Amino acid sequence: MASEAPESADDLRVQIQALLKGQSQPTVTVLSSLLAIQDDLHYLPNEAIEETASFSNTTINEVWSVASFYTNFRFTPPGDHTYEVCWGPSCHVKGAQQILKCVQEELGIDREGETEDGKVTLKYGTCLGACAQAPVIAIDHHHKGRITMEIAVRLARELKS
Amino acid sequence: MTVAFAELRERADRRWRELNDSAWVRVGGGVSGEAAGCDEVIDAFNSELASVDVSSTVSRVGMYGLCYAEPLVDIKTPGGPRVWYANVTPEQVPGLVEKHVKGGQPVGAQAFAYESAGEGQVLQGVAKFQDLPDVAAQTRIATRNFGHIDPQDLLQYIANGGYAGLEKALDGMAPDQVLDEVKGSGLRGRGGAAFPTGLKWSFLSGNPAPVKYVLCNCEEGDPGAFNDKAILESDPHTLLEGLILAGYATGATKGFIFIRQGHDEPINAARKAVADAYEAGLLGENILGSEFSYDAEVVLTGDSYVAGEETALMEAIEGKRSQPRYRPPFPAQAGLWQKPSNINNVKSLSYVPQIIARGGEWFKTVGTEKSSGTALVCLTGDIVRPGLFEIPMGLTIRQVLEDIGGGAPGAKKIKVLQTGGPLGGVLGEEAFDTEIDFDAMSAAGAILGSGGIIVGDEDVNVVDLTRALVAFNQFESCGKCFPCRLGTTHMLETLDRVCMNKAYEEDFALMDRIGSSMKVGSLCGHGQLGYNPILSAVKFFKDEFDACIAEHAGPVGAFPDGSMITPSRTRP
Repeated sequence: MASEAPESADDLRVQIQALLKGQSQPTVTVLSSLLAIQDDLHYLPNEAIEETASFSNTTINEVWSVASFYTNFRFTPPGDHTYEVCWGPSCHVKGAQQILKCVQEELGIDREGETEDGKVTLKYGTCLGACAQAPVIAIDHHHKGRITMEIAVRLARELKS
Repeated sequence: MTVAFAELRERADRRWRELNDSAWVRVGGGVSGEAAGCDEVIDAFNSELASVDVSSTVSRVGMYGLCYAEPLVDIKTPGGPRVWYANVTPEQVPGLVEKHVKGGQPVGAQAFAYESAGEGQVLQGVAKFQDLPDVAAQTRIATRNFGHIDPQDLLQYIANGGYAGLEKALDGMAPDQVLDEVKGSGLRGRGGAAFPTGLKWSFLSGNPAPVKYVLCNCEEGDPGAFNDKAILESDPHTLLEGLILAGYATGATKGFIFIRQGHDEPINAARKAVADAYEAGLLGENILGSEFSYDAEVVLTGDSYVAGEETALMEAIEGKRSQPRYRPPFPAQAGLWQKPSNINNVKSLSYVPQIIARGGEWFKTVGTEKSSGTALVCLTGDIVRPGLFEIPMGLTIRQVLEDIGGGAPGAKKIKVLQTGGPLGGVLGEEAFDTEIDFDAMSAAGAILGSGGIIVGDEDVNVVDLTRALVAFNQFESCGKCFPCRLGTTHMLETLDRVCMNKAYEEDFALMDRIGSSMKVGSLCGHGQLGYNPILSAVKFFKDEFDACIAEHAGPVGAFPDGSMITPSRTRP
């Protein structure tokens, strides 16, 4: 679970420093540090980049180069819920494009990102890993397979309300 | 047998007896099970059994591989047959508990298959599990414990012959003998390149450096393939034992298991397996009382398909952008942190415990002459029985599609296959009689690769499918080599025009030129093979491409304008 939202930017730094130091695995790197922070905060604020650079004894540029490379990292807070639709080839064959379209329409957005009220983040997954249950979606990281357009729209509507 | 292992075996056997001495409900889990709704079924069993006075265990086991039957539940009562129930809903659970778990009477009308506990035990009107066509066709080596044991329980793995290979190696085999056994098995790498595993290991064992690493690649970004993650979810100790044996044979000091973040179930299973192995003395200093010491760690990467390439993988473990390195130096000379390293796929390592326990000669009896052993095939798409099936090498693609997969739903015709991941081939019916082995598949213009076979029926438009593959490759290009970065972008843009009926004959010659530049001008397979999907699709389905560029043909694809929804993120 995410920690409580910090009161101030200083609190945020303290929280990030604790996350950096709290990494218990033997191999600690810039990437592992960024993953640990995003795991908790669900995004990487500027403070995360700066603190990781100082913790790893490297430059802010170096940390940005890693953070901007991996597509799981995000730099603004996500919506309250994440709705991920797989567009990998197995799901494509089973109608993922139509499912993407109707979820977009239900959420009222035409791209990846947050709905206007910030409630839902829509993501396109390159492969969610449950290909035998295609088409697959994941809501708040919980996978659901054998999705139809009707189910996809109903689930999107439930998240909005 | 060493004292340490004998003690473990005894505890394991006791645990296995206890499980089988009362009612045992096993529910298939994994990401596939989760997507099919297994957790709701497990909750229903737990709450139902809490109010019933009967001694029982409910286990979330890994996947058996019969994904079409999920949620798949099997129930075994002492002395009774083991009975599988397919596509179970939470509503069915009270009845199954009342009649089968509590009453010991299998619910024949709802049963999917059974395995008798002894001679003469028959369940009328229910198929024998081993006689199901998709079970009978399998030879299960790497997946032998799938759906059978709780992947979180080290003792259940040991009770089923686990760590016997490691014990045998440490108790009387020199590292070179282990290496020779793997060489003699004919095992070839299952990550795509099909390089002989024993030969690869010998590059590392011949290096006298004091610190050496074995890296296990479970990045598995290939859409349509989930067998690596399935091994971690369903039987992580099989992989870990293989990783330890690889370390022993090559004289390595540490093994790394490399997985993409976000795949929580395989990640947690691997972490627990490593922690339990340390606690049992199967990792760390002086393993099982021997002179051999070895560490293991699970390392996560961010989302990047190219991180599965072996040198990019090392960059990711070091915490950098996962972009490929120049070779030489090769990993066996200077790999992770410039130390000699060896990269193996999950599947390759998962065969090793059985190869050591039963001998390389035994492994050679399975499969074909040049491709020994089995293939872990992931069947998905338009197929009656999607799932993960471990088949001996040498079956034809058609046998897999028909005997195991049951053909396309609705008696439609299977038109197209996509094999070997998004850099692999797009195959038409002429290729369906190809034998599944590394060399026969390559000769047919396909690669076996990671083992994914995506099936498309007669309604699938091949041009649109090819565009989806190229869109994936474009999105995932790491950007280091410009022929790949720009080439995949141009190809996607061109295929978009083909799908929108706005392309010309000359566009194909242009893609051909781009494709050959990518092949010679890219550091890794992503660019070198990036033209494969188009090349193979045009070979088998030229008329379908021609139809798209004919005048007034109209757009193809999911939407009337021929467009496709793709991720909006682009990489610098």
